[in-house]
Amino acid sequence: MTLTIEPAVETAPVRLPEPEIAPQTDGAAKTKELVIVNWSGELDRVWPVLILSSTAAASGVRCRVFVTFWGLLPFVKDQKRIVGENWMQKMLALMQRPGIDHLKLSKMNFFGMGPWMMGVLRQKYNVASPRELLEAATAMGVEFIPCQMTMDMFGLKREDLIDEMGEPAGAATAIEIMTEADASLFI
Amino acid sequence: MTTQTLTLVDARGLSCPMPIVKTAQAMKAIPSGTLLEVLATDPGSLKDFAAWSRTTGNELVEQSVDEGVYRFVLRRK
Repeated sequence: MTLTIEPAVETAPVRLPEPEIAPQTDGAAKTKELVIVNWSGELDRVWPVLILSSTAAASGVRCRVFVTFWGLLPFVKDQKRIVGENWMQKMLALMQRPGIDHLKLSKMNFFGMGPWMMGVLRQKYNVASPRELLEAATAMGVEFIPCQMTMDMFGLKREDLIDEMGEPAGAATAIEIMTEADASLFI
Repeated sequence: MTTQTLTLVDARGLSCPMPIVKTAQAMKAIPSGTLLEVLATDPGSLKDFAAWSRTTGNELVEQSVDEGVYRFVLRRK
């Protein structure tokens, strides 16, 4: 048997979409669930959130990410530069630039020098970017749930956020899904 | 049902978690019982593919390493 080196993802036959996380019908085994709270908008926190959530979905684990506070701004659409309704909300978006490509480091940011070096290293070692991981995560069915209260406080409208986000919800929803999940992480 | 066709995922050069993510995506596109071959260079994949196989129930049929290239053969559940 001869094998050609081709990425199977591109050449695989197109099949009808199936539920990403199919409920298991064999036996009593329940689909495992992971809930992550994405609270920060910093690269060194959002990155692991995206790595773990996409890997969970790839492993057949239902994964939901509750997105709150600074963590919401990376999920603003690319073309939105300034979000918010009043000057204070707009100021917040100036201080933390929205969008998945504009993440800062929580330490050693050095006015952008740190993230720039991180980007160079990322490419050198062929590590997937937050954008690539976000695309993989949403494609594989990771559910991102925006926090309604933060949206109100930051003046974020549903249409400011990427289309792949789920319906906004509050703390009670976060508590419910966290207590029902097999594991929950606050990153 | 086992067929002789092997679908190949070339994950060489990719870092964690992309070999697993690409494998999961390719796995969804093949029928149950068929085999998938994965090539990877990430040393972490040695442990990761075994873990992924246990989590998902897709059988890890074979694994080998040749000059820094890891080869995994998995059968879809």
